[in-house]
Amino acid sequence: MSESGDGKRDAFIEASRVSLGSERRAPELDVQAVSLSYPANDHALQDVSLKIPGGRVTAVIGPSGCGKSTLLRCFNRMNDTIDGCKYTGSILLDGMDVLSGKTDVTELRRRVGMVFQRPNPFPKSVYDNVAYGPRLGGISSRRQLDEIVENALRAAALWDEVKDRLDAMAVTLSLGQQQRLVIARAIAVEPEVLLLDEPASSLDPISTLRIEELIYELKTDYTIIIVTHNMQQAGRVSDFTAFMNAGKLVEFNTTDRIFTNPVERATEDYITGRVG
Amino acid sequence: MLWLTSSMALISVMLLLALILLLGWLAVSGGANSGQAAEAGDQWASIFFMLQHGPAPYNDEGIFAAIVGTVTVTLLMTIIVSPLGVIVAIYLNVYARDTWYTELIRVGIHNLAGVPSIIYGVFGLGFFIYVIGGQIDQWFFSAALPRATFGTPGLLWAAVTLVLLTLPTVIVATEEGLARLPPSLRDGSLALGATRFEMTFGVLLPAGMSSVVTGIVLAIARAAGEVAPLMLVGAVKYAPTLPLSSDAPFIQLEQKFMHLGFLVYDLTLHAPSGDGRIALIASIALVLVFVVMSLTTFAAVLRGRFRMQYAQEALF
Repeated sequence: MSESGDGKRDAFIEASRVSLGSERRAPELDVQAVSLSYPANDHALQDVSLKIPGGRVTAVIGPSGCGKSTLLRCFNRMNDTIDGCKYTGSILLDGMDVLSGKTDVTELRRRVGMVFQRPNPFPKSVYDNVAYGPRLGGISSRRQLDEIVENALRAAALWDEVKDRLDAMAVTLSLGQQQRLVIARAIAVEPEVLLLDEPASSLDPISTLRIEELIYELKTDYTIIIVTHNMQQAGRVSDFTAFMNAGKLVEFNTTDRIFTNPVERATEDYITGRVG
Repeated sequence: MLWLTSSMALISVMLLLALILLLGWLAVSGGANSGQAAEAGDQWASIFFMLQHGPAPYNDEGIFAAIVGTVTVTLLMTIIVSPLGVIVAIYLNVYARDTWYTELIRVGIHNLAGVPSIIYGVFGLGFFIYVIGGQIDQWFFSAALPRATFGTPGLLWAAVTLVLLTLPTVIVATEEGLARLPPSLRDGSLALGATRFEMTFGVLLPAGMSSVVTGIVLAIARAAGEVAPLMLVGAVKYAPTLPLSSDAPFIQLEQKFMHLGFLVYDLTLHAPSGDGRIALIASIALVLVFVVMSLTTFAAVLRGRFRMQYAQEALF
């Protein structure tokens, strides 16, 4: 049973590689034996290994404090901002080891974009929020920026709502719009990977739905990793699901299999709501 | 906080009106009939005369030189203390790790804010003037020795002493402003590939600008009214020329200068009595208050503009 499941998964990964075509390459992420410790938690991550397929949505689920956000923050080295955080292992992105000390972190973060739990627009205009990343990248021509901003806002399904008030402060938008704005802000740098850390947890159901639709539309162009507390959401938006518990990866498979026929008892207990 | 800005502006306008009324009335009642007016009129006339020309031992510029001196030393102080304080605050808040060492620096800065100002005057005299100024004279002005150029109290050393005095205010206000910003702003900026430098100057500082300006307003308010340290490092009761001129380099940093606060002190203790001395002192004090108010109001209005520009409150 588990053998046929693995076979299906690999075939699915293969198929997703082919269907991507050559226009844009959304890379896979190969996580190899990553362990991580904070001063407060010696075993935040323990020997986590998995291959996250490119151009697909991978959901990371698990009880609070299981290390799923920590794992997510490894992909763009956001854990570096925490004093005393130490890690071992490697994460390969196109053959580059993300966790290596030699990696240019600012360059990495331009390839691996991130959206946080609560919308965090800068106290600037809608336009300047989206243009922030491209400007850091050295783009200063107004025409180029106009184009990037429009494309990013269109991609984030926000253009029609804000096109008449690009100069308004970003904080005047609704929470749901703000979250789509920060997604646009992340897209504007043209990353290859998008990390979403519970992107809908502070939003109302309708805004949540729009974010989920957006994830569905974006997945052809990006490798998307989403951390979520919401099992239904993981089921709706993701192709693959990783279940974590107490800093360890318990199970990783296609979302279908994880939800209908998990191998591990712990996964089944969590999915069916017996624990967590 | 709009009420603060507007009430300060209102007070300033009222002071301005009071001053104009006073001077206007003096001009009419005193200036017009100088000879045979009533005794009170005479008194006011002489005050007006002194405001214009200064009392007997002073120069012909009257209090004008003291106004120029006060504003110049305060602005010079502001120009130096603002970037310095902001840079220290950025170092403490953004770059330094939280260790016992940074905590020590922080405690030290908070304590410095409580040191009596005369101590800064003594320090300025001993360190800036005798040590640094003396060394500058040795290196660059040895031809003029033994007459000291920078090794003697002057505008620059007064401004630098005031910088020391107000530095803690600017640092603390700026650092607290930065610390109040939501951490998600830092994460959001870093996650887009910003360096810490780009994050600080592109996002944090603009968002916290009203705190920075608040610190500068407080610094100006404290420095402009300070007299004690200035007596040791450059303020004099009579300076023959202004520290400013229309020729390059426009500002004479080594020159001694007159100061409104010092003028009040000196008139109170040393001027000959009579001739409406008390009223003269009160008038100069009023002018001093007006100058301080103008400087702080200007800064407060500036802060109001930053606040609106970045709509900081909307974040919280």
